Amino acid sequence: MTLLTRTEEVTPAPVARGRRPAPDGRSRLGRGSAVGLGVGVLWLSLLVLLPIAALASTAFEDGFGAFRDAVTTPEAVATIRFTVGAALLVTAVNAVIGTLVAWVLVRDDFWGKRAVEVVIDIPFALPTIVAGLVLISLYGPQGPFGVNLVGTQAGVVLALLFVTLPFVVRSVQPVLIDMERDVEEAAASLGASGATTFRRIVLPTIAPSIVSGAALSFARALGEFGSVILISANLIGKTQVSSAYVLKLIESQDPVGAASVAVLLLVVAVVVLVLLDALQRRTARRG
Amino acid sequence: MSIVVRGVNRWFGTFPALTDIDLDVPAGGLTALLGPSGGGKSTLLRIIAGLDHPDTGTIEIAGRDATALPPQRRSVGFVFQHYAAFKHLSTRRNVAFGLEIRRRPKDEVRKRVDELLELVHLEQLADRLPSELSGGQRQRMALARALAVQPEVLLLDEPFGALDAQVRKELRDWLRRLHDEVHVTTLFVTHDQEEALEVADTIVVINQGRIEQVGSPAELYDRPANEFVMQFLGPTTRLGGRLVRPHDIEIVEDDRPGALPVTVTRLLRVGYEVRAETRAEDGSTPWVQLTRGQADGLGLTEGQRVWLRPHASAAAVPVSSPALVPSSASGPA
Repeated sequence: MTLLTRTEEVTPAPVARGRRPAPDGRSRLGRGSAVGLGVGVLWLSLLVLLPIAALASTAFEDGFGAFRDAVTTPEAVATIRFTVGAALLVTAVNAVIGTLVAWVLVRDDFWGKRAVEVVIDIPFALPTIVAGLVLISLYGPQGPFGVNLVGTQAGVVLALLFVTLPFVVRSVQPVLIDMERDVEEAAASLGASGATTFRRIVLPTIAPSIVSGAALSFARALGEFGSVILISANLIGKTQVSSAYVLKLIESQDPVGAASVAVLLLVVAVVVLVLLDALQRRTARRG
Repeated sequence: MSIVVRGVNRWFGTFPALTDIDLDVPAGGLTALLGPSGGGKSTLLRIIAGLDHPDTGTIEIAGRDATALPPQRRSVGFVFQHYAAFKHLSTRRNVAFGLEIRRRPKDEVRKRVDELLELVHLEQLADRLPSELSGGQRQRMALARALAVQPEVLLLDEPFGALDAQVRKELRDWLRRLHDEVHVTTLFVTHDQEEALEVADTIVVINQGRIEQVGSPAELYDRPANEFVMQFLGPTTRLGGRLVRPHDIEIVEDDRPGALPVTVTRLLRVGYEVRAETRAEDGSTPWVQLTRGQADGLGLTEGQRVWLRPHASAAAVPVSSPALVPSSASGPA
């Protein structure tokens, strides 16, 4: 495989771009950094790059035509469209609400704050299938609120919101804690309103953490299975998520189709992550 | 008067941070709020800026009652001890911030920012980020940023407190010269009596939430209102129930009226000065600060018996309790 030879090439190459070259013109890594880099690249290769390469090679096993056919069946298009759309929606909501929750947790003192701190992490701690059961008992046909979300797209979005809640909160919180209050006071004494200070001073500072939390939410939402599978009822063309679709393809002995859909999702994920990064850079520059 | 503070009290819980503060800060002056840490001086500055609120009392800035105004509308420039730089913005954008949010025309902003960067000698570093500036440069940037919006008063909270001694001294001289150029009413907080004596026209000594004395540096040094002020402004020593400055004591070799007989216990040379530590019969241990020339002229030796008396013009206050002395300003005990 091409991957392994690439690993060997990377190790001696001058990877640290920001580093000033040594006086003799060659860039050098200390022994410690060289070992660190080597281990890091090897680890990444084994855990991430290798499986991705295997996935890609399976997807294109029968040529590009087979890949295209696999991802353009009406069922595939519908499920990918719905999954990506739901993930984007969930990501956007999390970016706003998660930041708000983090803000309240850092800046406000209220009774029960410690309890809320613990509650935030519950979606992480709960096995996702249990989360699915809980949601169905609350928002299912026998739910206490009389709201039946089983088999609806709203139900899927709700489940995704539940499991991705902590990402933005937990990534923004430490940055807000570290942020010096005098910076906001300086902006205020220069005449900036609260909204202006937030937009031009606070937001650029926390934008990278919002983006990294949002990226994690998006990734998680894109691949979520356990919490969604019950409430979605897996209705083809309506609430079927792509992870369920992939499972179905595997179960029906179509590994190429499954890998193809997975590769497409991967590409979508990369594109979205790159866009999010660009957005963050723009926010930071604008000030 | 540019800032008028009347009857200000402020409690943090049950702790009285400020008690019955009345203060007039003259327009165009450079006034220091001097006192030990935790004495309330920063709290007073923040209350004037609108960053904190008084529990009672009023604040007037440039003839306007500002007590209920938010910081945005007080026309106050504030400089923080730790710079409070906008880390994601270049030096130029930091300085321009106040003008940009007022939506001034771009040309005007650029012109004004150029002027200010020149004033604080940062024109070469206009495009650097704060992280690429030294502490002194960051503080000059913060000062330019505060001046950009042409505030009625400039408030500086321990502006040089985070800098090393050499830079602190340079910036101190520079602030003095800048103030002579710009003439904006300036109030700055410091716990460094040397800084206050060197830079300020007027010093306000604050201790335990109360104003101890207000006056020019010379007035405070020569006519301290009480023991605290005397001790805070420089080294002191006790001589026969009075507090005097060790350089205001004369050593004589015979008994004269008002002189205290002592024995020289130790002679210590510190650079250009000589410290003579002595012991009196009542057990007190006054010390005298002399120049090397004076010490040599007297031919002082350890164990010698001499008489001490304050100079005729010496500042002196009666001693009540010895416990108030902050150790940093008291010299060898």
